[in-house]
Amino acid sequence: MTTTARWRNRLLYVGVVAVVAYCLAPFYWMLVSSLRRSSDIFDTSLFPSTVSFENYRAAFDPSQGFTKALLNSLIVAGITTALALLLATCTAYAMARLDFRFKRLILTLIIATSMFPVVSIVVPLLKLFTDIGWINTYQAMIVPSMSFALPLAVWNLTTFFRQMPDELEHAAMIDGCTRGQAFRKVIIPLAAPGIFTTAIITFIAAWNEFLIALSMTNKPGMQTAPVAMSKFAGATQFETPFGSQMAAGVLVTVPLVVVVLLFQRRIVAGLTAGAAK
Amino acid sequence: MADTRTPPDTEAEEPGTTTGSPSVRPAGQANPRRTRTKATAGSGWTAALLVSPTLLVLSIVVLYPTLMALRESLYGVKGLDPTTGFIRTTEPFVGLENYSQIFGAAGDRFWNAFWNTTFFTVVTVGLETVIGVAMALIMHKAFRGRALVRAGILVPWAVPTAISALLWRWIFHSDGVANALIGHQILWTTEGFHAKVAVIVAEVWKTAPFIGLLVLAGLQVIPNEVYEAARIDGAGALRRFWHITLPLVKPALLVAVLFRCMDALRMFDLPYILIGAQKNSVETLSMLAQHEASNVRFGPASAYAVLLFLYVFLIAFAFVRLLGTDLVGGTERSSSPGRTRRRRFAALRRAEVAA
Repeated sequence: MTTTARWRNRLLYVGVVAVVAYCLAPFYWMLVSSLRRSSDIFDTSLFPSTVSFENYRAAFDPSQGFTKALLNSLIVAGITTALALLLATCTAYAMARLDFRFKRLILTLIIATSMFPVVSIVVPLLKLFTDIGWINTYQAMIVPSMSFALPLAVWNLTTFFRQMPDELEHAAMIDGCTRGQAFRKVIIPLAAPGIFTTAIITFIAAWNEFLIALSMTNKPGMQTAPVAMSKFAGATQFETPFGSQMAAGVLVTVPLVVVVLLFQRRIVAGLTAGAAK
Repeated sequence: MADTRTPPDTEAEEPGTTTGSPSVRPAGQANPRRTRTKATAGSGWTAALLVSPTLLVLSIVVLYPTLMALRESLYGVKGLDPTTGFIRTTEPFVGLENYSQIFGAAGDRFWNAFWNTTFFTVVTVGLETVIGVAMALIMHKAFRGRALVRAGILVPWAVPTAISALLWRWIFHSDGVANALIGHQILWTTEGFHAKVAVIVAEVWKTAPFIGLLVLAGLQVIPNEVYEAARIDGAGALRRFWHITLPLVKPALLVAVLFRCMDALRMFDLPYILIGAQKNSVETLSMLAQHEASNVRFGPASAYAVLLFLYVFLIAFAFVRLLGTDLVGGTERSSSPGRTRRRRFAALRRAEVAA
């Protein structure tokens, strides 16, 4: 190995460390801060002097309503994902397999809706939901969430279906299946990994939603986890309970991070589907 | 006898070739390969049945609210009627008054939010692009640690924006780690330019990896031969990057930048939680509209929302116009290997010309 090559290798190593540090350092800080005692919360040492779960207990204090908020988040993100997948699977199949008029236009329109500023649909829907008494209900959060979840799911699934060879259904149909049967019995099982990946990506998007959940609720008991956390109250009005916020942040994020790390290869494939080809 | 022995698979294709192909080609698709009927090409009715639920839901949650916002923006606020002195129970029709307010009396707040939105979009997307491309180049080279890096860069993406705002608020706290690191007391999360910097740092942290990911995907489809050819021709690393890598990842990069721009233009959670509502130095158009709506001033709120919508639409339109309609129809090609090959060939030629 020549000296220049060795230097280049070292430089690359430094680059890798820099990228990983850049991405993980703030997250690490959240983790460390959540494990500090509230008396040394302002310590800036790299490790907590004493590991304490005090902040986690504080986050689950009944007065914060965090448990209910987690449940609300699960319900809203879960139902949004399920509905979006159900509709998107049909649409994406048509987009990938059938030929029909205005296909390109329809796909473009569906993708274009995901670029909408959410606030411009939240404002009118807020008025509508106020009129029909939907404020502080799950459907008031689920329905607007479809505006971004559905295009995302359609886009992802279309790419997955396209990657599957046409011959599969072809063969099934020769064997006597109708197209519907071929779809149910052959395509859906084979596309299961793709559908699963799409579900993860859609769920994360719905789980991360803030503006809709903030606008459509004013009762603490109906808020989703991100909204509830942003409103965590300290002992006094002027104190922000950073410790319990960080603990709650870890709890809200770690499951996502674990899922993302487990399925990273597939998620990367899903996220980059539109861009690379 | 020969006629009846038609293999069943040609029969299966029959309806496709007769009814499918006239409508197969969307306008402007001249490639003859595309007319090859797919195994399951079929009637428009099936397609309509499968597509219509999605279109219906999207009309309800996107189209209808948008039209309602347009209408709503022409109405005023309930309350005292200045001419009669009575309390109104319905919202009065005021025509374009909300808009004239925005560009007149309420103009300061609107233009401030407008410039903040634009400033955040330009600066964050610019920084994200540079950092993201750098990340992608490192990941593309690093053979050993690639899985590790890829796992690492997915973490900021998975952290909810609201949580990352809380996290950065903690980092930028006056006794926080940011001040400890720079050894300087800055009140980051108060009004002023620092607040903008805090928002930008947090936003770039969260989204630069995403651009890195998309660019990496673009880098991976560049054939190695292009680089070898360039190296033989004596092109240095910088020239290779500028004349080969960049033009070839441009499609992937542009999609990433377009999506990031659209996202940055509607920024809400980050400044709202990191700095706070109604903070002049970081208030974006989304925050302005949401604030009006949460105070039951639906008319003005809708007017702000409509203006933001127009702004986003204009930028997206300009993007697509400037860079070609290929952007959105990106996946259309992936189904046909012939096209991909041709495209890559075209890209190769472009690279050759450039080098």
